[in-house]
Amino acid sequence: MSCSEKYIAFMHDYLDEDITEKKEQELREHLQTCAACKQHFDELKKTIAFVQSTSHVKAPVDFTANVIANLPKEKRKVEISRWFKQHPLFSAASLFLILMAGSLFSSWSQNEQFSYSKQPNLEVENDTVIVPEGEVVKGDLVVRNGKIQIEGEVQGDVTVINGEKYLAGAGKVTGEISEVDALFEWIWYHIKTTTKDVLNLSEDDQ
Amino acid sequence: METIVNSRIKQVLKGDQNAYGEIVELYKDKIFQLCFRMLGNRHEAEDVAQEAFIRAYVNIQGFNQNKKFSSWIYRIATNLCIDRIRKKKPDYFLDAEVPGTEGLNMYSQISSDHPLPEEKLVSLELQETVQREIANLPEKYRTVIVLKYIEELSLNEISEILDLPLGTVKTRMHRGREFLRKQLESI
Repeated sequence: MSCSEKYIAFMHDYLDEDITEKKEQELREHLQTCAACKQHFDELKKTIAFVQSTSHVKAPVDFTANVIANLPKEKRKVEISRWFKQHPLFSAASLFLILMAGSLFSSWSQNEQFSYSKQPNLEVENDTVIVPEGEVVKGDLVVRNGKIQIEGEVQGDVTVINGEKYLAGAGKVTGEISEVDALFEWIWYHIKTTTKDVLNLSEDDQ
Repeated sequence: METIVNSRIKQVLKGDQNAYGEIVELYKDKIFQLCFRMLGNRHEAEDVAQEAFIRAYVNIQGFNQNKKFSSWIYRIATNLCIDRIRKKKPDYFLDAEVPGTEGLNMYSQISSDHPLPEEKLVSLELQETVQREIANLPEKYRTVIVLKYIEELSLNEISEILDLPLGTVKTRMHRGREFLRKQLESI
């Protein structure tokens, strides 16, 4: 058995595909003469063949789903951005809404200054617009961030945004009088006037 | 393949779990197979393989993208298998009878995914013997034998996965082969 130690080491080198040509040659020659080593070598090769022949197993079908289900919660940001990627129409719609809302709010906050429709024969005292007694204003009247006091006559609609109106006993408004206070009403008003403008435009076209 | 994996990893780094799902799909069979051969039963193999993928996800920041992802996930899985083996010496053996049944042992509990062709059925018993002997190998030999002959990895990759010098891997491989040879000699 004294020969085997050396040759068994050679055998393993051979099986690891890490053997010099010279050693391989020596091993081959030895195996032809030594039955014990030949048997050992055959057994090693058989063992490897057995291990390699074991049937390949596959992961269960729901494996990946189970892994994903058990991962720590994904960042919300990514979830949302992926959702948008999958729904391009919605992305376009929401972008539109955001821009619309943005312009609406900015026009709301920009208009915090006192302003009113330029009409002849109006008097202004501080932040109060006065329709003097006996005067007739032809056309609509809009007052923002101020008060209106009607003592004369307005032939048209009166709208007060973020303000108050006083209608004197002698005052007269032929159209509608409306007050817009809350932001929501402001938006509603905005939509109404825009629609009206659009309608007027299309009517003009005809 | 490595390029696909690397681009998926970039998405995973941003927190995208669906991209990780694709990575799991690519490696699940290999990792499950490794765990199955290391642990000897499907249930534990599934458990450990899942744990390996979850750990890889949680620690993805620590993965060096210049290296192979496969080596990294193999390493995590191998370490988890070894931990599991050490922690829990088997409290049942595959050829022990299942309580309350007659002649049914744990092998009958292991179902194979593919129906075997007729001629292969003959060697089923042999396969069971081989699987049992692999499971009986001391864990350090079992690891290298499974990685080399079942996962078909090179000695260099194995040395990287186990973080062991090439010489050590070879020594273990030699001993593992000799160990198995003695066990299977009679067949």
